[in-house]
Amino acid sequence: MAFHLFNPCCGYGDNAPMIEALDLVKRFGSTRAVDGISFTAGTGEVVALLGPNGAGKSTTMRMLAGCLEPDSGVARIAGSDAVRERRSAQTALGYLPEGAPAYPAMTPRAFARFHLRVRGFQGTALTEAAERALERTRMGEAASRPIGMLSKGFKRRAALAAAIAHDPQVLILDEPTDGLDPNQKDGVRALIREMAAEKTILISTNLLEEVESVCSRAIVITGGRIVSDDTPAAIIRSAPEPSLASAFRMLTGHSAEQATIKPRKAKKAREGAE
Amino acid sequence: MTALWAVYRRELAAYFETPLAWVFLTAFAIAAPSFAWHVGRLFDTGRADLAPLFDYLPWLLMILMPALAMRAWAEEREAGTLEMLLAAPIPLWAAALAKFLAAWTIAGLALSLTFPLWIAMNYLGNPDNAAIATAYFGAALLAGGYLAVSQALSATTSNQVIAFVLAAGVCLILTAAGLPLVLDAISTRLPGVFAEALAGLSALARFDSLRRGVVSLSDLVYFLSLIALGLLLAMTLIDARRGGGR
Repeated sequence: MAFHLFNPCCGYGDNAPMIEALDLVKRFGSTRAVDGISFTAGTGEVVALLGPNGAGKSTTMRMLAGCLEPDSGVARIAGSDAVRERRSAQTALGYLPEGAPAYPAMTPRAFARFHLRVRGFQGTALTEAAERALERTRMGEAASRPIGMLSKGFKRRAALAAAIAHDPQVLILDEPTDGLDPNQKDGVRALIREMAAEKTILISTNLLEEVESVCSRAIVITGGRIVSDDTPAAIIRSAPEPSLASAFRMLTGHSAEQATIKPRKAKKAREGAE
Repeated sequence: MTALWAVYRRELAAYFETPLAWVFLTAFAIAAPSFAWHVGRLFDTGRADLAPLFDYLPWLLMILMPALAMRAWAEEREAGTLEMLLAAPIPLWAAALAKFLAAWTIAGLALSLTFPLWIAMNYLGNPDNAAIATAYFGAALLAGGYLAVSQALSATTSNQVIAFVLAAGVCLILTAAGLPLVLDAISTRLPGVFAEALAGLSALARFDSLRRGVVSLSDLVYFLSLIALGLLLAMTLIDARRGGGR
């Protein structure tokens, strides 16, 4: 039996939001990368954070995952504050960071086992959970090869296997299908749909077809602010043409130039101008 | 403790999964006795002790410990895995301590590669084995101090080469601060209290008393404080990354 540090039965209701972002603000220098983002998501929801590059999607996810502290506002995972009760929040969370980083000398199997060991798994529970995650991400024989020698698609799936291995209640996946071929994308989307019923899943993406195919809700962000939070169908209805691409252009077009500059690049550009 | 053990295992495996541990152990196994033989004239002293080995060990450790610890955080930052580590329910102290203990294990293994010299001394004469054991204990503490300082400097950058150069520089200062050459130069220009303070901070002076077989509480406190300070600094620097930047 797996050793779970977080027990959902203790003081946290079934209908309570599993992801809560309350007026999150994060500045990098004078740039407000995230500027007052608030939303909640509950079990069974697959929420997409949609927006142009540099809109604040990854920064929002990093704050929810507890690897970045907000300047103001509150991030909660399964009722635990991501700053003050970080370990409890992170125990309930599986996180795939941007770029799906992993240790190149490790095999996907060893990587998943490391993640499980860190969370207190041991013995047969550890082995079973690791093998289940490798199976769900269709790692196949690649599970036994060093991650550094694998293709981009397998690398991403190795990081995804580690993120889902402990069967967390909340999943935050930063661009989970980036760099995958169409078949691999379908595989990951099917996995997300399969896990959706019993988890709360937040994904960030630039791919509009991904939102339509797996997400029950889309939050459109630009310039660090939420400009729309609705079902994909409702967002499409609000657009001049009946497509998500049209809605995306309409919602984010005004600040596209600002939004596509990363904070660090913006700082450099300012310094260069001076 | 679970997280500490998990990170320790991963770190130790990482040293052996890459050529790093093998290169390091080979370099140490060749360099340490070579210094003792060729520079220290181990077999020409006519004494059954390992003084020539311990004479040069601090200088060797000063270079090799930063090489061992430079990857600690710089590699995590460069590869982006720090993000993953910060999002896992691992207390930062456990991650820093686990990384330190893994590197210290390799350093201990390297020191044990010089045991054949110790055995040879027992074959050739009657060395003071208690004094040699104390010297080895001192060498392990010195290596630990250098490793902790190097780990802290590894947390300042995502470039391992920069981490190595910074750490080797600081370890050089820690070592050379106790040399008569440096102390004399300082005492002629500044009030004597400065030279005394500098000598008190020197890892070499502390190691010298241990290698003579003298274990004093102040030396132990010095090395343990150096280790604690290095790890605390590494933790603070990494924790500060939650405040902003990548």
